[in-house]
Amino acid sequence: MARVLVGVKRVIDYAVKVRVKPDKSGVVTDGVKHSMNPFDEIAVEEAVRMKEKKLASEVIAVSCGPAQSQETLRTALAMGADRAIHVEVAGAEYDTLQPIHVAKILAKLSKDEKADLVIVGKQAIDDDSNQTAQMTAALLDWPQGTFASKVEKSDSGLTVTREIDGGLEVIKTKLPAVISADLRLNEPRYATLPNIMKAKKKPLKKVAAKDLGVDLSPRIKVISVEDPPVRQAGSIVPDVDTLVAKLKEGGHI
Amino acid sequence: MFKSFTLIVRCVNRHNVYEHVRFASQALPQFSSEKYNVKRKPFNTVEIVDVNYFKSILSEDRVLTEESDVQPYNIDWIKNCRGQSKVVLKPKCTEEVSNILKYSNEKRLAICPQGGNTGLVGGSVPVFDEIVLNFVLMNKIISLDEISGALICEAGCILENLDNYVRERNLIMPLDLGAKGTCHIGGNASTNAGGLRLLRYGNLHGSILGIEAVKADGTVIDCLRAMKKDNTGYHLKHLFIGSEGTLGVVTKVAIHCPVLPKAVTVGFFGVKNFENILQLYKSAKSSLGEILSAFEMADFHSIISTVKNLKLPNPISAYPFYVLIETHGSDENHDAEKLNNFLSKEMESGLIIDGTVTSEPAKMQDAYKLVYLFLHDFRHDTLFFKYSNTLCPGHLTEIFPRVVSSGDGNIHINVTVPQYTKQVASLLEPYIFEEVSKLNGSISAEHGIGFRKPHYIHYSKDPSALQLMKDLKQLMDPNGILNPYKVLPEQ
Repeated sequence: MARVLVGVKRVIDYAVKVRVKPDKSGVVTDGVKHSMNPFDEIAVEEAVRMKEKKLASEVIAVSCGPAQSQETLRTALAMGADRAIHVEVAGAEYDTLQPIHVAKILAKLSKDEKADLVIVGKQAIDDDSNQTAQMTAALLDWPQGTFASKVEKSDSGLTVTREIDGGLEVIKTKLPAVISADLRLNEPRYATLPNIMKAKKKPLKKVAAKDLGVDLSPRIKVISVEDPPVRQAGSIVPDVDTLVAKLKEGGHI
Repeated sequence: MFKSFTLIVRCVNRHNVYEHVRFASQALPQFSSEKYNVKRKPFNTVEIVDVNYFKSILSEDRVLTEESDVQPYNIDWIKNCRGQSKVVLKPKCTEEVSNILKYSNEKRLAICPQGGNTGLVGGSVPVFDEIVLNFVLMNKIISLDEISGALICEAGCILENLDNYVRERNLIMPLDLGAKGTCHIGGNASTNAGGLRLLRYGNLHGSILGIEAVKADGTVIDCLRAMKKDNTGYHLKHLFIGSEGTLGVVTKVAIHCPVLPKAVTVGFFGVKNFENILQLYKSAKSSLGEILSAFEMADFHSIISTVKNLKLPNPISAYPFYVLIETHGSDENHDAEKLNNFLSKEMESGLIIDGTVTSEPAKMQDAYKLVYLFLHDFRHDTLFFKYSNTLCPGHLTEIFPRVVSSGDGNIHINVTVPQYTKQVASLLEPYIFEEVSKLNGSISAEHGIGFRKPHYIHYSKDPSALQLMKDLKQLMDPNGILNPYKVLPEQ
């Protein structure tokens, strides 16, 4: 019976149109609706399913961020996590919070909480870094099963099916381990009303990053954030000859 | 306050329906004139000289005459009606519309105005060879007063584009419907489209501040005022709202946009029976008050068909009925508190058996899709709303009188069957309309009368009202060229 630590990040909801700040220092987050990173939802779902299958004894959700991250944690609790840890990182520190910091926090908490398994989403949809799982595994010196589309219990530990270029790779890993969830791992459940109510009463512990001994000074500097280029308008050509001529002109044929 | 009910009764042999899907979607629908046995009115037919005239006032590429080019404009969205028009005109401004109508009126050429062609009663497609007047190129936003929220735009603006535009300025359109990505605001006005935000923001007669329309003889009627209060004489703009292009063609619209709600929450619940839904509605109104913006219901079969066909997740397990509640407010905490009290109370009372509640946009969209995409879904599997002998009339009668007797409910009843037969259709159509009429209801809450329902309009309109409608038509369009065979029944 394993204890599972799940990382959940609060990100701008994927249905919201993202806008770049006029000074190009980042994107507009004020007054913008946030939700749990979809890949992290998959991670929570997997952990909860493991608990339902009696493969896990306890599911702990962790989020690093401002006070509002607690809403994300409540969602994880409503989905079935047993308790939550909010690592408070706010203001300027949060703006420069990077995967290395989160990995250090997760690694420290994994040890403190005596976790046997860490599950995180393969990447967050805001920065698309895809680094936290790998770094956490390295810091803990644990095996890693990234981009998991299937996780099964095996005698010595876990059998993880990974989504790789051109197919699937099946690996076996011992516990403790770190897993990152890919899109096809599962379909996360909706939190139901009774569980939303129950989640309000589940324990949520708040800690500061510095109490965990993690240095949050930034390692990467963001120089500029830009909008993707706008698609050029097309034009309608009167006949095939003109089309061919245009294509030749543009060097396409 | 209005109650908007979405009720989809689906009592069919499912396997038949699904097997039929792909098959039916390949075929062109039958001509409306043959299917519904309509006689052509004595309008002139479009000659080459007319086409040349249109080409002279529009540019050549805005007059479509090739059969393959014209065909999509002849068929309605649900592929039920098919006209035989030979010409599609795409004006770019009011003046061009005016010139087209003036000429057509003199030449006795019939006109079918068309917006996004998303109507459900065949109002937006021709029946015979009416000239299609399409507004797709009249899509300019003219002005937006960010203080009053008054938006002025051309008739061909797509609702979703307008909504996106005003959202960037902290406002929203007062209406929202399933077809928002395609439908035009001019069509919305002409059909008095209802839709999803009606409960909160009222219907278009209240939201539309002004209208510019062109009469059959080409006269431009300028009622394009952007004031909320204006008590000067007859409120002529209302003649063009909901008259489905039979009195004039809407070219510009001034519409009041409410402030974008800061907090939106959606709840999706399982409910045991219809009686409990009514109780829940009553309770929602009193507990949630002004923040309640939508209350919709759907039955098990309709939700399950959407789940299956569109492969959408159903957030909760199987229940006989589902209810969707939406709240719009200005303070998340305030709304959450109200909602929590309401939910705890009704979970305890048992009116809500199970459910989920979310304010995450992506999840809210999933819930909306389940309830609102049912039409889309039906279009996927059967191209026609066909009626079948596997229909359970008992089911209908059980629900029907009660919904309508609650006074303000809008019900959608979709019946899909594998085969269209006139016999079954005739069994169903008068039955439903008669029941509605008995209960003093309206046979069209939001889809309009269009081509499909003129002979049933008497179920909802008193003879005296119908006579005045005919008088108005005679006054404003004496030659009857505007959207003929629609709205008004034949003598």
